[in-house]
Amino acid sequence: MSATPLLELRGIDKSFGPVQVLRDVALAAHAGEVTALVGDNGAGKSTLVKCISGIYPADAGEFLFDGRPVTINSPRDAATLGIEVVYQDLALCDNLDIVQNMFLGREKHSGLVLDEPTMEQMAAETLAGLSVRTVKSLRQHVSSLSGGQRQTVAIAKAVLWNSKLVILDEPTAALGVAQTAQVLELVRRLADNGLAVVLISHNMNDVFAVSDRIAALYLGQMVAQVKTTDITHSQVVELITAGRSGNLGLTGEPVTAGNGTGAGPADTTPGGVR
Amino acid sequence: MTTTAVRKEGPAAVTPPPTVGSHLRGYWGRVRGGDIGALPAVLGLIVLCTVFSIMRPSFLTAGNFANLFTQGAAVTLIAMGLVFVLLLGEIDLSAGFASGVCAAILANVATKAGYPWYVAVLAAILTGVVIGTVLGFLVAKIGIPSFVVTLAGFLAFQGIVLMLISGGANISVNDEVLVAIANRNLPPAVGWALAALAIGGYAAVQLLRHRKRLSRGLTTDPMAVVLARIGGLTLILGIAVYILNQERSRNVLINSLKGVPIVVPVIAVLLIVWTFVLQRTSYGRHVYAVGGNKEAARRAGINVDKIRISVFVICSSMAAVGGIVAASRANSVDPNTGGSNVLLYAVGAAVIGGTSLFGGKGRVLDAVLGGAVVAVIDNGMGLMGYSAGVKYVVTGVVLLLAASVDALSRRRAAASGTR
Repeated sequence: MSATPLLELRGIDKSFGPVQVLRDVALAAHAGEVTALVGDNGAGKSTLVKCISGIYPADAGEFLFDGRPVTINSPRDAATLGIEVVYQDLALCDNLDIVQNMFLGREKHSGLVLDEPTMEQMAAETLAGLSVRTVKSLRQHVSSLSGGQRQTVAIAKAVLWNSKLVILDEPTAALGVAQTAQVLELVRRLADNGLAVVLISHNMNDVFAVSDRIAALYLGQMVAQVKTTDITHSQVVELITAGRSGNLGLTGEPVTAGNGTGAGPADTTPGGVR
Repeated sequence: MTTTAVRKEGPAAVTPPPTVGSHLRGYWGRVRGGDIGALPAVLGLIVLCTVFSIMRPSFLTAGNFANLFTQGAAVTLIAMGLVFVLLLGEIDLSAGFASGVCAAILANVATKAGYPWYVAVLAAILTGVVIGTVLGFLVAKIGIPSFVVTLAGFLAFQGIVLMLISGGANISVNDEVLVAIANRNLPPAVGWALAALAIGGYAAVQLLRHRKRLSRGLTTDPMAVVLARIGGLTLILGIAVYILNQERSRNVLINSLKGVPIVVPVIAVLLIVWTFVLQRTSYGRHVYAVGGNKEAARRAGINVDKIRISVFVICSSMAAVGGIVAASRANSVDPNTGGSNVLLYAVGAAVIGGTSLFGGKGRVLDAVLGGAVVAVIDNGMGLMGYSAGVKYVVTGVVLLLAASVDALSRRRAAASGTR
């Protein structure tokens, strides 16, 4: 914790045309910690993630990875740094099996031929390393898996590539109680294995169950980034909905807190953000 | 639904090594879950052959058996290419007349211009590649639905065939080699040698894979199942080659007619090549991925447009091969080559064999099994003296049946699989 964060963002700005979605956002994600990124719909969470993963270029701001300044212009840049994103809609192919999905687009070869035994072995090791025991066979089609198992496969796919930072976009949104617990346990294990994890969630119970730090976005601004132990449930809700809570969050009027583009809070919910 | 999930997650800690019993149970489970694969085609083939053999003993002669292959070859070859397009959930309605165009090019180059057979074959296949590239470009880059693009192709290619053979006359194909493809047979000894080679190769691949997986400590199919597969292939190839090597000529003194028709190894080689491409290379994996979930494939860094264009190229090239075989069989090319029922028989063959119209599911072998079903229906009903009208109706009904099985099994798979 005292060490430099694995990923540090400073002063990130992002606009879509006249609409400023992110203003002067700072975020730090530490190795071995789960950083929960919370915020209401339209607060800019998805845009921020897409800036980190290279899908949208940021208009301004600094990226520091392991203390070194880096530029991320494409998803490939992000992948090279070891940043993997698990999207909400999972991006798995139902008609392929678990191993095929985990290696999709990055298959191992021996010569021209796919090296199935090596891929299967690596997949098995990765799943074992995450203590996943819920899948019966690595060769079963993803269509036959439950929601929690699919999420597990998607996360394992992200971990497979010696990734250092895993970003999870609402991994428990569509899951039942037992499966949510399973996935949260897995998220915790990722951090315990030394990865930096950024967890986007709307569910305060999930956030408090696994996160070490909470970063709250409000209308495109990072209003607070604090340790989970230093904040209460209701304070987080206040930060999400009002942008301030006691001495945390925005100071002064939210309207003047912007960085001078004159865009009021009303138009900071653009179509570009989910 | 939740019970299945719980059941699957329960006894998962240690997977016992599979036995023959568990292997069969697993297969049966997949069938019941809606993943029926080529089962309907195989069962249909058995039922049809039994019925026709009883109704018309002449169905079960060596001569007719050989006819089945030459009759079904062109449709089967086109269907093999269509499998690739169907795997992406697209359709190519122009494949039939594309084969006609390629056949017309073949006849023009070989007969009218007098070039040797290999130049003609190359020209025909190149034509197929060009046609496929254009179709694929229009679908993938311009974004026109494949149904519309290939429907336009269907009409236009019909016209091109007419223009190429200048208004209705037909062009004969006389080149020895070209005629031999669909009309001559291999010497019996060569037939046996090729069969032995195929069995040996298959056994080697299966046993090597088994050993490699065992040595890595991965779960393998039980040895008995591996051996049963090899034995099954040996049995089928052995019987087929034995029957085809019988004398089929009515009068041996005039000319002897025996051996495996040359189209059979042609189909077999293409079957092996395309199966290898689909199952063992990244390209094949990516075709399945794009067919299963285009967005997931895109995020995995797969060039979706390139894959979409490539399947149309493969489809039209295979249509060219089908056209060559059709021209060879008829000894000529006329405006109807690749027309009438050819395309629908080919789509029917792929779907009857178990390739899904919804994309993501199918094998090249499906086209061969389905092609066999279509050929048997066509041949058997012809022997029974039914008119072409009845044949079309029956084939249409079989195609509808196959498509219903596809749709229903897909629904079943959705109900039993997802969540």
